[in-house]
Amino acid sequence: MTATSVSRPGTPPADAVLPRLPGAWRTGLVRGRLEVRAFFRERQSVVFVFALPAILLVLLGSIFGHDAAVRGVTVGQIFTAGMIAGGIGATSFQNLGLTIAAERERGTLKRLRGTPLAPAAYFIGKIILVFACTIAEVVVLIAVGMAFYHLHLPTSAAKWWTLAWVFVLGTVACSLIGIGISSLPSSATNSFPVITLPFLVLQFISGVYVPFNNVPPWLQHIAAVFPLKWMSQGLRSVFLPAQAATLESGHAWQNGQTALVLAAWIVGGLVLCLTTFRWRPRGDG
Amino acid sequence: MSNETAIQVRGLCKSYGETLAVDGIDLDISQGEVFALLGPNGAGKTTTVEILEGYRHRDGGTVAVLGQDPANAGRNWRARIGIVLQLTAEPELTVAEMVTMYAGFYPKPRDPSEVIELVGLGGLTARRGNQLSGGQRRRLDVALGIVGRPELLFLDEPTTGFDPEARRQFWELIEQLASEGTTILLTTHYLPEAEALAGRVAVLASGKVVALGAPATLGGRVTQDAQVSWEAPDGRRTLQTATPTKVVAELAAQFAGEVPGLAVSRPSLEDVYLELIGAGR
Repeated sequence: MTATSVSRPGTPPADAVLPRLPGAWRTGLVRGRLEVRAFFRERQSVVFVFALPAILLVLLGSIFGHDAAVRGVTVGQIFTAGMIAGGIGATSFQNLGLTIAAERERGTLKRLRGTPLAPAAYFIGKIILVFACTIAEVVVLIAVGMAFYHLHLPTSAAKWWTLAWVFVLGTVACSLIGIGISSLPSSATNSFPVITLPFLVLQFISGVYVPFNNVPPWLQHIAAVFPLKWMSQGLRSVFLPAQAATLESGHAWQNGQTALVLAAWIVGGLVLCLTTFRWRPRGDG
Repeated sequence: MSNETAIQVRGLCKSYGETLAVDGIDLDISQGEVFALLGPNGAGKTTTVEILEGYRHRDGGTVAVLGQDPANAGRNWRARIGIVLQLTAEPELTVAEMVTMYAGFYPKPRDPSEVIELVGLGGLTARRGNQLSGGQRRRLDVALGIVGRPELLFLDEPTTGFDPEARRQFWELIEQLASEGTTILLTTHYLPEAEALAGRVAVLASGKVVALGAPATLGGRVTQDAQVSWEAPDGRRTLQTATPTKVVAELAAQFAGEVPGLAVSRPSLEDVYLELIGAGR
């Protein structure tokens, strides 16, 4: 007692009794590092979440990629832009939905809740996981696009800015929906119909696996409700030349609308998370 | 120090729908005590413990754990308790990574490598969760529960699935923690465990405490009739008696020396327990 309570003038006496708890940032960073490590150790997540978009891009691009969509634009470039959106959805929405559902079922969340860990630290760890994986994912897909399909990095500051905000808003929106949907599966084995399947369908109708102008209009309307369609459209505005805008359903990039839809999903996703997040497995009190 | 109350419960009630799971429980557990909750499945043990841990909300009664109401106690309170949960380990993280990470949540944790050694996972620090056997996972659960140097440790059915040797080692660990002054509340189905570890036990049945006391005296164990049995010329004979010494002396005289197959027994904790939970139903 004497050794710790002397020499710190101005310290409230309560400090001598209650040692300071480790801060949320420090523990959050530790958790983030381990989350990333665990993600890349798990074969399932590396293959089906991280590598799948790149594999599909190479496959689909090799089959359809060199057809000219409009003058100066290849289908390969359109696929790359869409697949980057799909990749963001995979490493944010799908990744968080699956891992949090599994953590809840294993009781990891319950155990964490029984420790003095600040809840914020858990989410800081997840934010680090998502951004580390998603940035790596986007870099890999851009590299594949540049190597195989004449994709070019943005040349103007305005396009880099669009890339940055589509990336950030898209990642945050998909992450929040992923955290929210993780409460839905009654067990981790039910994750496929609840998380993987809808995401797969959405990728088909949102311009990820099939160019959006080939999707039937009624499916386009459904896709327009969800963020993925807007993310892939925003990314096409970054990576495709201006004349490709004529292929869009509105014959324009509609970046303002993209930002609005993504922002609305962030607000809705946050409300969903705050109202539905559970630390305990379903049926456990 | 040892007379201060670690856990005080008065009139605790909790129901799930129509079912009354906990029906007016009172408990006082002193600091430094090892206390066991016994009872069959559905007696309300886990519900009671989870209310004390802050995981569940109660419907009625008052609860103070380390001087605070678990229903609204904060992170500082959680830093003083340890909860051992039986869970599937994180598949991709190693024993050392898990224990070190959990140590980092607490203000004055134990040394992670000492804790790993203490629970008997010393040679397995680099083993990942999905490579651990069931018994090794239970040891990791214990390590994560004690690495924060808790004043009060909750153990819910801690040795389920342990082999006898692992159970002995675990008991030694609990005795060591208790000798360092840790208050321990454990629930168990396994009566020899309560007898070996706990200073006092409470028997729950249908959400009520039906008996409370030291394992040796529970349910009037020491004062109940003893059973004397022996091999009589016409077969084995058994006698219930309040005065076993007298009976044995008479038998000794009758047989003029060794009484064949002589056995004198008191009701075991299990006998008393079965009687109690039968009575409570």
